Amino acid sequence: MKFINYLESITGIGIFPMTSLLIFFLFFTGVILYSMSIRKSTIEELKQIPLDNDQNDSSDDEKI
Amino acid sequence: MQLEKFNYDNKIVKYFAYATILWGMVGFLVGLLAALQLVFPVFNFNMAETSYGRIRPLHTNAAIFAFVGNGIFMGVYYSLQRLCKARMWSDKVSWFHFWGWQIIIVAAAVTLLAGFTQGKEYAELEWPIDIAIAVVWVAFGLNMMMTILQRRESHLYVAIWFYIATWVTVAMLHIVNSAAIPLDFMKSYSAYAGMQDALVQWWYGHNAVAFFLTTPYLGLMYYFLPKAANRPIYSYRLSIIHFWALIFIYIWAGPHHLLYTSLPDWLQSLGVVFSVMLIFPSWGGMINGLFTLRGAWDKVREDPVLKFMVVAVTAYGMATFEGPMLSLKSVNAISHYTDWTVAHVHVGTLGWNGFLTFSVLYWLIPRIFQTKMYSTKLMNWHFWIGTLGIMFYVIPLYWAGFTQSIMWKTFTDDGVLQYNFLETVTHILPMYGLRAFGGFLYIVGASLMVYNIVKTVKSGSLLDNEPAEAAPRPSLAAVDKKYQDSNWHRWIERRPMQLLVLSLIVVSIGGLVQILPSFLIKSNIPTIESVQPYTPLELHGRDIYIKDGCYNCHSQMIRPFRDEVARYGEFSKSGEFVYDHPFQWGSKRTGPDLARVGGKYPDSWHYYHMIDPESMAPGSIMPAYPWMTEKEINVDKTPAMIRVMQRLGVPYPEGYDEQAIDDLMEQANQIAANLESQTDEQVIPTSEIVALIAYLQRLGTDISREAPRADLDEE
Repeated sequence: MKFINYLESITGIGIFPMTSLLIFFLFFTGVILYSMSIRKSTIEELKQIPLDNDQNDSSDDEKI
Repeated sequence: MQLEKFNYDNKIVKYFAYATILWGMVGFLVGLLAALQLVFPVFNFNMAETSYGRIRPLHTNAAIFAFVGNGIFMGVYYSLQRLCKARMWSDKVSWFHFWGWQIIIVAAAVTLLAGFTQGKEYAELEWPIDIAIAVVWVAFGLNMMMTILQRRESHLYVAIWFYIATWVTVAMLHIVNSAAIPLDFMKSYSAYAGMQDALVQWWYGHNAVAFFLTTPYLGLMYYFLPKAANRPIYSYRLSIIHFWALIFIYIWAGPHHLLYTSLPDWLQSLGVVFSVMLIFPSWGGMINGLFTLRGAWDKVREDPVLKFMVVAVTAYGMATFEGPMLSLKSVNAISHYTDWTVAHVHVGTLGWNGFLTFSVLYWLIPRIFQTKMYSTKLMNWHFWIGTLGIMFYVIPLYWAGFTQSIMWKTFTDDGVLQYNFLETVTHILPMYGLRAFGGFLYIVGASLMVYNIVKTVKSGSLLDNEPAEAAPRPSLAAVDKKYQDSNWHRWIERRPMQLLVLSLIVVSIGGLVQILPSFLIKSNIPTIESVQPYTPLELHGRDIYIKDGCYNCHSQMIRPFRDEVARYGEFSKSGEFVYDHPFQWGSKRTGPDLARVGGKYPDSWHYYHMIDPESMAPGSIMPAYPWMTEKEINVDKTPAMIRVMQRLGVPYPEGYDEQAIDDLMEQANQIAANLESQTDEQVIPTSEIVALIAYLQRLGTDISREAPRADLDEE
């Protein structure tokens, strides 16, 4: 297996970290905005999933 | 709505729990042996199989893949069934997974001690075992995903996201980093060389920490902590942010293992920046765990399970604060290659992984055995002795690491190095002794747990198939309709396959941005004309260096610092390593750096030093390798080795494999004759020691050579 260098050098390498940071920032902001927008009642439901009794009869699924 | 009846499989959980305990004890004991070897070299027992260079990889592999690995599976098989309200998809696959993983562990233990290794930390296992790991990992993934697809609960609880991301990322890391070309059944050479190999390896190595020791355990924390405290997780919103930020950022941090090395600077900077950012999602997780206990601290006083969890999560917080700090270049300049790193890692493994595993065991065993823990008192004793053990382990090592680093960097008023390397080692031996004591305490604590669990199991009876019932899962459309506030995340929380794909995309970005340019762009590795491929004998010597795990204690990477240049010679350049399959930069200097050891000592010095290190360096803690004078290399393999190297792109002339043995014998006879004249001993030219000396004498000498070497160019 040989690896070939397709490019001799790299110009403007500074763009790499900048782009990555930008991707990260937008992604992170998106996730925060989303998580803030969830209804509190939904959050309470989700939190309870592991605490549901194993013989689950209080699942919200039934209410559908 | 009609409830469906089904059973949870507790038997498989029991087996994984037993395996966790068994391999945990093995891993701890091997670790104690390694710790003792560093203080009393006699514990190397003068055998290749039990020398430190092979024991240490056995310890790390046992701790990570056997102890924590089985711990992950135990926790996942228990929690996933309950979170999905479904039995595991296939009992057959469960058992294939269980026995497959145990066989791999046994095979790993045997082959590591026998010296079969790829020479890359935490990825030592040779290619047939690597393939077996991939197969068993796929079986685990299949079982998990099918269970999730057949679930009766429409939402995927946050723990499941962590399990899915763990599975997909570990698969990716394992496959990419293990790429190698086999020489024969149990020997292969890394597909990558030098700087590129280092980058791929630490992209893997760091994310083995991230996605094997961290994300699955965070999943366990999100399930078992609320269970044990009997209250929901503090913030579900935080868990969403925490999850995506963590998996996205973690993957970039690998280069912080290579600061000040000959890794291109832009990569080092990326590694630092993302490592510092990691503090936020990591602490998000810690805060979420600890705040879950708000208002319930009285329970922590009563319940040892919660005590273990609190220390585990706190240790996670400490380790993930320290990690970013160690990634700062100025701190790393002091910490790297010292025991500071070892201490840091053990806060994570002993504290976070160990204590969380213990807490899950204590919580889960009495439940599946329908009884109570035999003794709460013993649990408390375990907790305190274990905590004390961690303290005795890490504090002396922090001290040792800092002290040694400062000693390395100390110059006299006349401008020469104040201490030779050995002095910096013997100075910290008392700390190593204390560390071994800390490890011993930790084992005492774990032994109490073993006794306690045996008694508990005896007093209870296993509920193999735990009956449960739940309503069938409503259709996706129905659920989507119910949750009108839905947006993409609510959408994805109900779609495991899409979550898997999105996780893979998210974790791929960092790797692609870092790894691709370093392979495709030439300027990342400036070529050095005088650097030539290894001679056939040196290749054999290199194989011995790898086989006996020399890289566990010796680096081959001189950083551009005044003290390192004064001690070891000119700083290392990436162009020097282009034929190193695999790279051997190392990560710890228990012994001195060897990047430029070539020509530093006469052959006879190495000869005596390998037979009995103390004869040349009184007080040395290096194991002795007396068998190397008798044991011979397999000369017949040489042509095949050359051909594999050629396939990897090492520019040996065409047809050189035919001539390699002649060249090998010529160089071997020369070194043997030289040794005989210097030592008055009979030296076998094809003995391991001759090949190893050939390799050591070559190290770092290429850049001081004027022209390409004649012996290879005559072809």
